[in-house]
This record gives sequence, structure tokens and C-alpha cells, in this order.
Amino acid sequence: MTWFLVRRIGQSILVLLITSIVVFLLFFVGPGPGQVARTFAGRLGTAARIAQIKRELHLDQPLYLQYSHWVWNLMQGNFGYDFYKGEPVSTAIASAAPATISLVIGAAIIWISYGVFTGVISAVRSRSLMDRSFTASALFFYSMPTFVLGLSLIWIFAYKLSPVTTFFPFHGYVSFTTNPGQWFEYLILPWLTLALVTAATYTRLTRTSMLEVLGEDYIRTARSKGMKENRVITRHALRAALTPVVTLAGLDIGTALGGVIIVETLFGIPGLGWTVIQAIDTQDLPIILGITILAATFVVVANLIVDILYAVLDPRVRLY
Amino acid sequence: MSMPELESAGISETLIEESGEAPASTKIEGRSPWRLAYERLRRDRAAKISFGVIILIVVLAIAAPLFAHITGHGPNQQFINIGENANGGPVAPSGIFWLGTDNNGRDLFIRILYGARISLVVGVLATSISVGLGVLFGLTAGFIGGFVDTVIARLIDVMLSIPFLILAVSIAYISGPSLWLVIAIIGVLSFTYPARIVRGQVISIKGREFVEAARALGAGPWRIMFVDILPNVMAQVIVYATLLIPLAIVAEASLAYLGVGVPPPTADWGSMISDASGYYQYGYWWFLLFPCMALLITTLSFNIFGDSVRDALDPRGAGIYV
Repeated sequence: MTWFLVRRIGQSILVLLITSIVVFLLFFVGPGPGQVARTFAGRLGTAARIAQIKRELHLDQPLYLQYSHWVWNLMQGNFGYDFYKGEPVSTAIASAAPATISLVIGAAIIWISYGVFTGVISAVRSRSLMDRSFTASALFFYSMPTFVLGLSLIWIFAYKLSPVTTFFPFHGYVSFTTNPGQWFEYLILPWLTLALVTAATYTRLTRTSMLEVLGEDYIRTARSKGMKENRVITRHALRAALTPVVTLAGLDIGTALGGVIIVETLFGIPGLGWTVIQAIDTQDLPIILGITILAATFVVVANLIVDILYAVLDPRVRLY
Repeated sequence: MSMPELESAGISETLIEESGEAPASTKIEGRSPWRLAYERLRRDRAAKISFGVIILIVVLAIAAPLFAHITGHGPNQQFINIGENANGGPVAPSGIFWLGTDNNGRDLFIRILYGARISLVVGVLATSISVGLGVLFGLTAGFIGGFVDTVIARLIDVMLSIPFLILAVSIAYISGPSLWLVIAIIGVLSFTYPARIVRGQVISIKGREFVEAARALGAGPWRIMFVDILPNVMAQVIVYATLLIPLAIVAEASLAYLGVGVPPPTADWGSMISDASGYYQYGYWWFLLFPCMALLITTLSFNIFGDSVRDALDPRGAGIYV
């Protein structure tokens, strides 16, 4: 187990290192020589300012030195300074993160419970009317681009039903600590949007996985012991069928924490995705770099956690 | 083997008696797996309908100039007088503008038809790039194995760890958006999915007897890779390609929605929806509804068709949408 952990963590660090090289090449080397300092200096940067930035970022040194300076700063938590307000990128990230975390965790609770529930019903009542309608709606929402679903929900709940329901604000965000009630109200539509688009995959995966498990010998054994069907499904089948679902959920949550660009832009939630889009708009390079690296870290860490969980939960997984 | 041959071999009597079917007059036809898959697909109602819709969309996209000629409205032509209401807003669907106009007084119907061209071109070309790269990398990694496999696997991990939209939006923003750039970004960034599928398939196939037989016959690695192994992973590749097309279409629309897709004034569903999102609240419902419907119908029919293709090619598989 220790060897597996060491190996797996080493692998993750390697992937992160390569990712940082790729990002570095894309943003520092890609634009061409001299361009980066000019971008960092902003639109009105003077020649002296550009020269100063070149020195500060070590852009006058060979590439491998530039890179190692950049990574060394990153590892100390120094993501650089945003060049409009001059505040540290880590501050911008810290102020954007709670909104994204609220959005993702809330939506994940909905999409996992809805996806698993419909998947189990579909598998148990396979080929019934319910199965067909659940799988058809899964395909429908899977095909729906996020912004189309989000705009439709806003249209229906915030405009069409506005005389009936007045409790659906659809633009902005109130932090949980400020007002928990408003926090909830503002997040209902974003949660639904993100959850419905994502849940489709979970319905399909749970259904397939359940159908597979329900055909196993030990399910027949459990039934022939005279065990109640509900118990067979919840205690025996579901537990085994959930393993791939847990894997997928870990990866999806990890990816989403890096910023849910479309949903955040659509509903005006000042999270990481919204921040990065604003930064791209204003060419605020340090913020783009910081959030990209952070998002990559979330994905790699989620991968790592899922692999370890998998090994712990399922004794058949070989630890090597 | 046909019946006379069986009879001459002297085993037909017993065979037919034992199986109790196949009257002597029926010819046994050798059908390839592809033919079987095609016949399964032809019996599938959902596949037929979705394929029909896809063909209809393609025909409409090709015929866009024809409709522009019939209505007399160009895709980027602004009708300041009749295409805008007193407040400068879009006008509702009518005999002149079949699906109404947009915020610039342009014919929405014609723009949706021209938008279909962008979606389809991006969907097909980006998918071709990603499938091509995926097959190349997956085949190499799976077949050669060892160090090459490790390098490619880590490369895929890296690609998967960088969030697609952040990367795509920043690249498009830095280098200035254009149609070809959008195609290249989507195609290159999504090669990881087919690559992983192909790699897994190749690893399971390369240990099989027919590959050993080919090697024993003196076939070189190139021949084994492309003549013996590749045809056996093609079924999976085709399934993935059909399911990647709608993903590429959605990715393109998302980039356009975020303002870094094909630059205006080119008609594009994503940017039309983005424009409409500032208007539909004020009663201009058609401006949002019709581009959304076009996008949804397209992705939905590709997804339904892709699912049917998968069921047809792999009847033992999940087969969810029966």
C-alpha cells in the first residue's frame, strides 16, 4: 500500500510538472519574445515599466531559468499580482473560490442523488415505461448545451412564471455567511442547470452498472435465501454498482471546482470560472495562469483521491 | 458453405435433423459483421428517424443560398426599415421573415441555415482531427507499449488535467478567433478520448492468436498495426466519432457563446444565442427559441444516431436506448 501511494503521488506530481511546462510554454513562449512583458505592463505600459517587468519576471534570462523562477514562486503560493488592481492573484482566487465551491457541491448533491435514483429505478424496472422516460430524458439533457438549458430555466422560472413565483433571482451571488436564505435562493437555478446537464451520465452509468451487478451469482444467492427484494437492491447490488459512479463523481467534482465557466457567466456568479473569463477579457495574464494551474491541480488531486479510494474500497484492485 | 457442398461432405442430413431448422431450400449466406451491423441499424426506428433529421439538416445547410435567393435576404443583410421595430428591436415571425429577425434586423431563418454550415463543418472536421490523432496515438501507445506508452499516457493525463474551456478560450483570445483556429482547438484538445479507447482495445487485441499468426508469417510491425489490428478497432472508433460530433458542435457553440468563436458577422448558433440572451426577456422570444431549437435538434439527433450505431456494432454492449 505504501509503495502504491508513493508511486501514485509521484505520478501526480509528474503530471502537474508537465502541465505547468505546457501552460508556461503556451502563455510565456507562445506569444513571442517581448510580448509577455508588454502584456504584463498593460495597455499603457511605458518602456521603463516593460524593462522593469522583464527583470522582475527574469524574462531576460534563458527559458529554463524563467521557468524555474516561475514554478519556484508558484510552489511558495506566489501566483503573482493582477495588473489592474495590483493585488495578489491568491487573494483573487481566495475570494472567488467560495462561490464556485457552493455551486459545485450543491449541484453535485443533486446530480448524484438524481442520477443514482433514476439509474437504479431504470435498472430494476428495466424496459418499463419509467425506464424509457428516464433514459430518454437523460439523452435529452445530455444533448443540451449548458447555456441553452440555463437560459431556458431563466426564461421559464424568472420571467414566464414571475407572477406565480417571485423567489427565483437569477443573476448574482450572496455568500452563505452574509445571508444563508438568499445564498440558497440565488443558487437554485445554477444548481439545477449544472446538475441536470451532468446527471444524464450518472443515470446511464448507474443503470448499466446495476444491470451488470444484478446478473451476478451472489444476487441470486441473496434472493434465494429469501431476502426481501428491496434489501437485495439497496444492500447488495447498489453497493457494488456504485464504484464506477464514485469514480466519475470524484473526477467531475474535481474538474468543476476549477471553474464552471458557462454556468458562472450565465448567472453572474463571481466564482473561478467567471473570474478567468473576466481575466481573459482584460488580458490579465497572472490570473489566467493562476486559475489554470489551480484547476489542473484539482483534477490531478481528484484523480489521485479516486484511485486511492478505489484501491481501499475494492480489494480486487491490484496495488502496484 | 452452401448446401450442396454440405451434402457432398455427407454431413448435411444429420446437421439439419439435429438443428430442426433451415429447410433444404434456404441458402446460407455469409454476412460480414459490418453487414449485420448495418441490418441491425436499418431495423432501428430511432436510428432511422435521427439519421433522417441529420440528412435534413445537412440538406438545409447546403441549400442555404437557395433559401437566401428565394426570400431575397442575405445572411448578413440588415433590414433597417422592415427588419426592426420602432424601438430598433427584432420583428416577429411573418410571411417576410419566416422566423423573425435578430437585433440587427437580419433574417433569423437565413442566419440559422448559414449557422448550420458552421456547426456541421466544425463538428465533422474537429472530430476527424481528434479521431485521427486519437487513432495514431492510441495505436502507437498500445502496440509499442513500454516507454512510448508511458510517455503518451502521461501526455493524455496532462491534456485531461487542463480545463478545456479555459485553455480553448485563452488560446482563441490570444491568437484572435477564426473558424480554422476553433476547429483546430476543439480537434486537438479532444483527441484524448479516442486515444484512450483505441489504446485499451489495441492492448487487448495484440495478444490474440491472429496477431501472432501474422507475426509468424513474417509481417512487420507496420503491417500488423495497420492491416491486422486497426480494422479490429474501427468499430469502436466509428462509435466514438459519431458521439464526438455533437460534443464538438456544443464546444463550438460554447466558444461562440463566450465570444471567442467564429468572428461576427458570420452567422453562428452560439453567438446568435449569446446575442439573444439580452433580448428574449423583452418579448422577443423567437430570437432565443429558434437558434436554441436548431442547436438542440442537431445535437440530439447526432446523439441518438450515435447510440444506435453503438448498439448495432456491439449488440452485447449496454444497449441503453432500446
